[in-house]
Amino acid sequence: MKPLSYYRERYIRHQPSPFCPGCGNGIILNCFARAVDELGLDQDRILCVSGIGCSAWIPSPHFNSDTLHTTHGRALAFATGAKVFNSDLTVVVFTGDGDGAGIGGNHLIHAARRNIDITTILVNNLSYAMTGGQIAPTTLHGSRTITSPYGNPENPFDLCRLVAAAGATYVARWTAYHVIELTRSMEEAIENRGFSFIEVISPCPTRQRRIFGFRNPIYEVPSRIMEMLVESTYIPGREPKGHYCYTIPRAGVKEALEAVETELGRRDLGAGVRQVDHLRWGTVLRVDCAGPEELDSVKELLGEIPEVERVVGALEGKVELGVFVRERRPEFVESLREVMRRAGGV
Amino acid sequence: MLPPGKHLVLGNIACAEGAIRAGCRFFAGYPITPANEITQHMAEELPRVGGYFLQMEDEIASMAAVIGASWAGAKAMTATSGPGFSLMQENIGYAYMTETPCVVVDVQRSGPSTGQATMPSQQDFYQARYGAHGDYEAVVLSPWSVQEMFDLTVRAFNLAERFRTPVILLADGMIGHMMEKLVVPEEVETVERRRPAGASCTPFGTEDPSLVPEMPRFGEGYRLLVTGSSHDPTGRRDYSPRVMEAKLRRMREKILRAEGEVRDIVEAEMGDARIVVLSYGASARPSYGAVMKARKEGIRAGLMRLRMLWPFPEEYLSKVAGEVEAFLVVEMNLGKAVREVERAVHGRVEVTPLTRVGGVVPTVEEVYQAIRRINECL
Repeated sequence: MKPLSYYRERYIRHQPSPFCPGCGNGIILNCFARAVDELGLDQDRILCVSGIGCSAWIPSPHFNSDTLHTTHGRALAFATGAKVFNSDLTVVVFTGDGDGAGIGGNHLIHAARRNIDITTILVNNLSYAMTGGQIAPTTLHGSRTITSPYGNPENPFDLCRLVAAAGATYVARWTAYHVIELTRSMEEAIENRGFSFIEVISPCPTRQRRIFGFRNPIYEVPSRIMEMLVESTYIPGREPKGHYCYTIPRAGVKEALEAVETELGRRDLGAGVRQVDHLRWGTVLRVDCAGPEELDSVKELLGEIPEVERVVGALEGKVELGVFVRERRPEFVESLREVMRRAGGV
Repeated sequence: MLPPGKHLVLGNIACAEGAIRAGCRFFAGYPITPANEITQHMAEELPRVGGYFLQMEDEIASMAAVIGASWAGAKAMTATSGPGFSLMQENIGYAYMTETPCVVVDVQRSGPSTGQATMPSQQDFYQARYGAHGDYEAVVLSPWSVQEMFDLTVRAFNLAERFRTPVILLADGMIGHMMEKLVVPEEVETVERRRPAGASCTPFGTEDPSLVPEMPRFGEGYRLLVTGSSHDPTGRRDYSPRVMEAKLRRMREKILRAEGEVRDIVEAEMGDARIVVLSYGASARPSYGAVMKARKEGIRAGLMRLRMLWPFPEEYLSKVAGEVEAFLVVEMNLGKAVREVERAVHGRVEVTPLTRVGGVVPTVEEVYQAIRRINECL
């Protein structure tokens, strides 16, 4: 293990961090520096391109390589020009959900379609955070943001499926909690000769505090969001151990918790119940049981409690993480070279 | 590529030919009438000379790719028309801010909006100058013939490289779609951007009297910080008023300081002229015919044709205003360059506009009659 100072000295430009406490951007920058180091890439040949928004500041001005900080949503189009003209460059685009999937959504699918050898790291904080926390194309249905004060009437994109369908040859999704997997994935993405896409679901205590309706003091919010990211995601083949389900309270969480505790106690069931945060279901009760038979009877019981609106299974509504696409298809710059050969220009 | 010598070609083809000879090796564009033949010719010719042609998903992406390629070291260009030119504006502004050399061809069509897609206009006179938000100096060239589609495209690249700025070639649907003689020279003179020689450089600041900083490219180890945000000479983001003001004033000064030297005006019959017919691009052709006709009729008219529209030759026009009696400004819009002429002559002589819209080029007779009416009032 190399000390943190090694990465800082080598890869990070010295300057005060602009990121809010608890932001995922520092974690992502850290993972990226480690991935670059692990691959032994020549820093002088790395070009980091970014657009507008908090995510754009991950490489610019922090990462110590060439950086191109462009207009809102257009990073991939700028990166395409640079990569085509100098294919020796390792080109990495940092973008956000608003930048990359909103205003820049068209460039995202077309870059994927071309399968140009660019790695795109899309930091998904579920909102337009830099501008105050507006609805983004990733904001969940019903979420309250400053531009959806009565709940979001729109539905979010599943970005990985979108980009996979568009033709990307490496597609993965992680969260800022999954640093080992994310770092490894960044290495794979950079090594893939084609369009690679990694979505990183990331905490933004500053905006998500409002979006998730957290009333905690601000210093408690980052860890609460991190716990939520773990609670609401799963990696196929590495599903969380144990037998559990969630109950969605009908009105107040507190009332539901009391009712469930009372009922479980009355029936003398050993199941444990606690309040957790879930991306999809909001603040809910998680009920852990000793075994599958107990879980079945507990589920039945929970469904009869008036304070409980609904009982949902462990994986229902959870976000799938992992590497979804690993493919080989002709890469764009190579195809352009082929065009050049046919035209007699090489 | 066309061999050196005489050819009968379309204006748009001449533009693409000029670009390749000027050293253009990267083109990104999106289909639009009446600029398609430039894109098509680039698709055919660039790969033959080891260059890259990209058809992007829209004009926004085209302009972005051109800027990205320029920083990777390319002489890069895009070509479009009104609606596409509107879409490009934000990234053209980015090119000004980051001092990125590149060439943007706008083959003007009649607007606003979709307008008359196949018909010419000169309505983008101000969009070429003020299309992006913020403060900057634009360099805009205006060809009146197929030959000038070639020559001024070469010049556009040379000015872009010299000043490290986007240069706009403001052609129109008539010149672009016209077939005429083109003489391809044996060789063209080309200019290359100044590159840093040392181990470090300040890509956005300079002590050089040209005020144009050296421009490194990606991948050379300079670890560049290129940003559209306000930045200091090293490229580091800095929002302080002092830094931004110095940057904007230097970017303006690097162009204006050279205005007298790069000024491009072609004159005919101006020696003893009382009436100056001022025009540019397609409308300068009937203007020239009308001046010759007026001369035959004994009217002392002269033609002043602007080949560089911006920076506007204010100082020169102000001087001419002291020597003549009237200006007739002929253009294919509802009156744009005429405002600049009025500003330059400052009320000292009469300035009359002759404006045509609807996708037509004014006729020789129309311009001649306007000259005659002015002459009667002198």
